[in-house]
Amino acid sequence: MKKILTIITITSILFTACKKDNATPDFDEQNLASLSVEFDNIVGGRTLTFDNTAVPYTNATGEKFTISSIQYFISNIQLTTTDGKQFTVPQDSSYFLIKGADRASRFAKVKVPEGDYSKLTFVLGVDSLRSTMPVDKRTGVLDPALGGHDGGGMYWGWNSGYIFFKFEGNSEVITNDQFGDPTGKKQFKYHIGGFGGYSAPTINNIRTITVDLTNAGIAKVRKDRQSNIHLFVDLMKVFNGTTTFSIKTYPTVMFGEFSTVISKNFKDLFTHDHTEN
Amino acid sequence: MKLRYIKYFLVITVFAYACKKSEHIQEKVETFLGFQKPKNFPETAYNFANNPVTKEGFELGRMLFYEPRLSRDNTITCGSCHIQSSAFTQHGHDVSHGIEDRLGTRNSPPIMNLAWNKAFMWGGGIYDLDLFPISPITTHEEMDESLENVLNKLRSLDKYKSKFKAAFGSEEISTGKFLKALSQFMLMCVSSNSKYDKVMRKEGNASFTTTELEGYELFKQKCSSCHAEPLFTDNGFRNNGLVPSSINDLGLYTATLLATDKYKFKVPSLRNLKYTGPFMHDGRFLTLDAVFTHYAHEVQATENLDPLLNKNGIRGISINSDEKTKLMAFLNTLNDEEFINNKLLAEQ
Repeated sequence: MKKILTIITITSILFTACKKDNATPDFDEQNLASLSVEFDNIVGGRTLTFDNTAVPYTNATGEKFTISSIQYFISNIQLTTTDGKQFTVPQDSSYFLIKGADRASRFAKVKVPEGDYSKLTFVLGVDSLRSTMPVDKRTGVLDPALGGHDGGGMYWGWNSGYIFFKFEGNSEVITNDQFGDPTGKKQFKYHIGGFGGYSAPTINNIRTITVDLTNAGIAKVRKDRQSNIHLFVDLMKVFNGTTTFSIKTYPTVMFGEFSTVISKNFKDLFTHDHTEN
Repeated sequence: MKLRYIKYFLVITVFAYACKKSEHIQEKVETFLGFQKPKNFPETAYNFANNPVTKEGFELGRMLFYEPRLSRDNTITCGSCHIQSSAFTQHGHDVSHGIEDRLGTRNSPPIMNLAWNKAFMWGGGIYDLDLFPISPITTHEEMDESLENVLNKLRSLDKYKSKFKAAFGSEEISTGKFLKALSQFMLMCVSSNSKYDKVMRKEGNASFTTTELEGYELFKQKCSSCHAEPLFTDNGFRNNGLVPSSINDLGLYTATLLATDKYKFKVPSLRNLKYTGPFMHDGRFLTLDAVFTHYAHEVQATENLDPLLNKNGIRGISINSDEKTKLMAFLNTLNDEEFINNKLLAEQ
């Protein structure tokens, strides 16, 4: 048995070697292969290091800050081939919680038809349909019990819904009064959620991100290799994407109007660095 | 369609009294037939298809409802703030009383007829009963525990393994099963056996007295547009003109951020008022008399005051003392003694 397996393996490796430069396979929704999207958190021109008080980061407003935690949901991944064919990853396999503190969580691993992809689309957050699903459908990263409410929890119990993007850290610019952090810890907390509401329309911070892969390398998805779309997620852009804001003015943003300003910056966080094929 | 669910779930508690007068022996024979929609009630809002009430699920839910491990320091249960003898409210407390003597900001509402509820909490925010318990469990002023810890505590106990298995087919204790079991218990907290209900269903020779009947007529003229029969709430959120509280609780606005929702609170049911005082979202009125005084004389012109309380430039509802007596008599017919004494709903 082992021998047969070895033969098969060797044969397939040989075939692989021959196939590599072959033409794009026909687009077949049944012919699935692995693809990963890597969410590599960075801060401006630097790598992400937690609580680096010795050399803090500096935002566009000139405020020095450190980061203690970053977590966000990525969902509803969709890919488009170079010739315009779209594939949407089935919903049940399309929810990912990217946790800055857990390197392994940075990959969103999906199965898509073999093909050459030049466009990636995903949602930062949890779509409204999934946000209102029965409790037994909320498993895996969507389990409301995950992470506890003080720690890594990404669920609001009092106002049913997920926190899409949770970003916390410290900055000396934060005052110790009620306009800053009354506990004196000089903490900033951005818990951005809001899917539009069950019945009445409420704030909607679901953001769809589209990344063009043409310039930095299309994803060639084949069964015999692992294609990885490597994205940079620049957390600095939270403060100066479409709108620049100051940590001192907005040290805590949760379920409130200003959250929509921050969520509009989200699209600026993502850039395609390269693709490993 | 709903009839199917009704059929599953009917609870009959038969009390067989042996030698009733001399022996005081009470034998209870229970046949669990599940959730029953009372004849005079409308269709339910809860999705029973996704969580049919079973005897095992209900009993597990009841155990969990009275389980102190749901709180961080294992001191309080759901039943601590929702006491059956007070129609599942916290009698005598204006605002709810959590662990370590922490005080919340709102009055503990009754666990009653929740199958007909579309929105939960005085200020909304939760629209699915199954997701409701997460809030009191995790709120700092209430149980201050994480759902993850609660589940881990339960997983360490053999008695729960067998109960979860009996209710849901496997020993696995998941968020979904835990919450669905709690829902099954809460859904069974149906109050539908007040004098009013018996009159409406024409049971036996139940009938209103003259005063009660006059009170009922007045009720229909002056109160029923918000406290709609037979649940005695329209399930809506309205500003009834209270002076904003010292913490300026903005009510529904907190959950929706819509300016038109400021100071709107859930319209509470008028069932079981005998047991559920104090009244209003912050328990500011200790007596029904104070509530009547509010509607008759103290309604404030705050933002989003309900138009029904501000007709023709006159705020409030005109109620003279004779009318008040009659209304009180009618409201008394909404108290359901069977509900607060139903042994099935008590801690076992």
